[in-house]
Amino acid sequence: MPTVSVKRDLLFQALGRTYTDEEFDELCFEFGLELDEITSEKEIISKEQGSIKAAGASDVVLYKIDVPANRYDLLCLEGLVRGLQVFKERIKAPVYKRVMPDGKIQKLIITEETAKIRPFAVAAVLRNIKFTKGRYDSFIELQEKLHQNICRKRALVAIGTHDLDTLSGPFTYTAKRPSDIKFKPLNKTKEYTACELMNIYKTDNHLKQYLHIIENKPLYPVIYDSNGVVLSMPPIINGDHSRITVNTRNVFIECTGTDFTKAKIVLDIIVTMFSEYCEKQFTVEAAEVVFPNGKSYTFPELAYRKEIVRADLINKKVGIRETPENLAKLLTRMYLKSEVIGDGNQIEIEIPPTRADIIHACDIVEDAAIAYGYNNIQMTLPKTYTIANQCSQEDIADKLGVDISATKAVHISNPKTAEFQVARTTLLPGLLKTIAANRKMPLPLKLFEISDIVIKDSNTDVGAKNYRHLCAVYYNKNPGFEIIHGLLDRIMQLLDVPPGEDKAGYVIRASEGPAFFPGRCAEIFARGQSIGKLGVLHPDVITKFELTMPCSSLEINIEPFL
Amino acid sequence: MADGPVAELLLRRLEASDGGLDSADLAAELGVEHQAVVGAVKSLQALGKVIEAELRSTKRWELTSEGEEIAQEGSHEARVFRSIPPEGLAQSELMRLPSGKVGFSKAMSNKWIRVDKSTADGPRVFRVVDSMEDDVQRRLQMVQWGQAEKLGEKERSELRKRKLLAEVGSWRDRPFKPYNFLAQGVLPDSGHLHPLLKVRSQFRQIFLEMGFTEMPTDNFIESSFWNFDALFQPQQHPARDQHDTFFLRDPAEALQLPMDYVQRVKRTHSQGGYGSQGYKYTWKLDEARKNLLRTHTTSASARVLYRLAQKKPFTPAKYFSIDRVFRNETLDATHLAEFHQIEGVVADHGLTLGHLMGILREFFSKLGITQLRFKPAYNPYTEPSMEVFSYHPGLKKWVEVGNSGVFRPEMLLPMGLPENVSVIAWGLSLERPTMIKYGINNIRELVGHKVNLQMVYDSPLCRLDAKPRPPPTQEAA
Repeated sequence: MPTVSVKRDLLFQALGRTYTDEEFDELCFEFGLELDEITSEKEIISKEQGSIKAAGASDVVLYKIDVPANRYDLLCLEGLVRGLQVFKERIKAPVYKRVMPDGKIQKLIITEETAKIRPFAVAAVLRNIKFTKGRYDSFIELQEKLHQNICRKRALVAIGTHDLDTLSGPFTYTAKRPSDIKFKPLNKTKEYTACELMNIYKTDNHLKQYLHIIENKPLYPVIYDSNGVVLSMPPIINGDHSRITVNTRNVFIECTGTDFTKAKIVLDIIVTMFSEYCEKQFTVEAAEVVFPNGKSYTFPELAYRKEIVRADLINKKVGIRETPENLAKLLTRMYLKSEVIGDGNQIEIEIPPTRADIIHACDIVEDAAIAYGYNNIQMTLPKTYTIANQCSQEDIADKLGVDISATKAVHISNPKTAEFQVARTTLLPGLLKTIAANRKMPLPLKLFEISDIVIKDSNTDVGAKNYRHLCAVYYNKNPGFEIIHGLLDRIMQLLDVPPGEDKAGYVIRASEGPAFFPGRCAEIFARGQSIGKLGVLHPDVITKFELTMPCSSLEINIEPFL
Repeated sequence: MADGPVAELLLRRLEASDGGLDSADLAAELGVEHQAVVGAVKSLQALGKVIEAELRSTKRWELTSEGEEIAQEGSHEARVFRSIPPEGLAQSELMRLPSGKVGFSKAMSNKWIRVDKSTADGPRVFRVVDSMEDDVQRRLQMVQWGQAEKLGEKERSELRKRKLLAEVGSWRDRPFKPYNFLAQGVLPDSGHLHPLLKVRSQFRQIFLEMGFTEMPTDNFIESSFWNFDALFQPQQHPARDQHDTFFLRDPAEALQLPMDYVQRVKRTHSQGGYGSQGYKYTWKLDEARKNLLRTHTTSASARVLYRLAQKKPFTPAKYFSIDRVFRNETLDATHLAEFHQIEGVVADHGLTLGHLMGILREFFSKLGITQLRFKPAYNPYTEPSMEVFSYHPGLKKWVEVGNSGVFRPEMLLPMGLPENVSVIAWGLSLERPTMIKYGINNIRELVGHKVNLQMVYDSPLCRLDAKPRPPPTQEAA
């Protein structure tokens, strides 16, 4: 869940009132946000780097607010305020408009070289915008939040924002050999080739995480203006030439990516959020993007979609009885302008470009429920009549023929630790490690575990299968084979398996195994099949687990008895 | 030496004596309690080869006050015999004598006397023999003279039954050392269940009480298809990243997928359908085939719901599961790469959000949690979604206790479930309530081989509706 950090006083100023922390926490809860932390820059730095470094930092109160992962429209102060104000019915949701420029439309031409690496691009212009330090910071921060979330760390989409007045269109989005790309990137004082940059950024804490996206490709994506000025080398870095500042008045925004839908959503979010500061509020200047096949499209899409949902469906799904008019009002509070139409039971809902998360009627139902207030919904018990059953493993029998010893372990491709590279095929090591971690406990130690182990099995759909095992160990000054053997006898007694060679019975036969002391190991046969082994552990095994006393153990597959 | 003076005296006497000492005699001589001598012997024995001692059991007998009277005056039956003159005595008169009642029946059974009921003035008692031996008196006199051991066991026990003879030093006269009721008892040999197992069986019990059927969850290995795609979780979702999920190197890919259903899932993701816009991206089968360690038990729920959808006509169902899941998380005091997920699922016609809240209220009240609040939330496969919060009186704030929602139509309809069937579900972890219940602060003490066995030995049984105990005070390092 993304966390947005906003200055409390700025937030209250924009909301037009103040709240106590508790009141604001309550408002968040109701709206589906979470006031995660109340802090300040000073506190953050002092926590991370010590109080000395924090000395000069700002102690302006910050609210850290957790935002649902699908609500990209709430990822900045502007969006949060708009959402909450509409929710509280203090403002009406603004209508976002795409407008044609007075002069020539800005054009971005995509060449076919991009097809193999990053084929999509969209663009737009924010004309006559007025930044302040706060707005500018929020603009940069929003791009970062989008990059981390919907853009999936720039792999799907990368955003570049530029001072349009330093550039001259049309722009070209192409892909070139790294050695052929040379420019002065943001925050550097001289020009580098793309190869050099990739090397430099290997040690850059912020940028190194994105290098892998293009690192091994023969061509790198790059955007030029008509004079050959590099705007950006997505998804890594922008050029320094077109960098935006607090004083920038006209912003050219390009989003490149591998996911066209998401690129369009990202562009929509940026322009809807920040067109608030344009001279003509909530208007966005169109840009034209020409694809390699010659087709050209105009962005941003800023599409408003209409959905019709029946009022009784909403009532039925939530478990409430509201009039269609009330439901329409509730939805309007959720930024979904709605009105009752048709036979009076139908609600027409307008999905604005900020609400890309609304993809199904169920999303609309949820918003109605949120505006109604989850905690105002009458709780009722479903009348679902069922009879409970405990798990019966009906498909066990046909898998008993599998010779467990012949199967292999399942390997993890991205293990976290050395101890966690395969899914366990036996429970014994876990019990021995538990003893090792509890050597201070009085002897004897008698431990057991009944749990699943995993082995490869090509008869299942995923190629692996769980088996329920029982393992027990006895750790004492003497090996205690008779104790473990007695345990087996008791288990079999409880399972109603009599001792004996016949088909229904169980028997142990001398055997050997690398974990066991020679001559002190037996295989256990029950109902005609081998189910495991018991015996005295080999001293080498005991030593390897950093144990010092003799130990006997038993491990069986208990699936035949379930 | 604890028993200093007695032990020292004992050693001196022992040195002086030839054939050893009798502890009872010694106690009498020294004028101390027998128990003090025994204590001294025991502590001397504990020193090693200082003294030798053997256990002797002796019994001594003494006469009761009635026994002493009989030793002197003769037994009641003898006294009756003697009081009868040759011409006999009226029975009524005889009965009035002090020894009459007891003596008469004994003398009769000894056949010393007889009763003649034919006489005119009522029954009369006559002597049968001229003389008799008063054995009872004789035996009692032997005891008085210290020859009790010469009596047979049978004779002694007869006298004891008549309360004429008593064992000297029987427990009745002995003082007993008081118990220290503050001391601990000796624990019986017993096995101990791990707290997670105890809490787990409580949860199972609750689900079974509520009519939920247990789902099979015996596959830690799952395909991305069942773990994500079937749940309408898009292929670019961050949870499908290596940073969040453990993928498998071997077997790297699922061998079989239900291809008809896969096609419907693919279409819903990439183009929409069933009333959905879809995610509008290129869905890849290769991505769905990737095997992983399941990140939630909802993958097992998806399999069960798919199976339910194939049964016609649709029958309502309630399911639950409690099993292990795996996540590539940053490990800390409350997070491990694997944990247990508890999940409940209800599938029926016309279920509402109010039903979900109602069933959550019942479920949590069985856990002793009655103050609930619901917060809107986002889960990729439920809509509406709600996080469940409960008021924690200790922390004085609302804490999240579970997550819940209504499964998205984009998940249910491709499975083949009827359109008006809703499926509500909720989940929580097993570890968190266990840690709260047993006051455990570090998950490593609870799960994995670093488990504290002493904690396992000491943990009480689990009743989830009872109040949690306060967390243990930190021991000094």
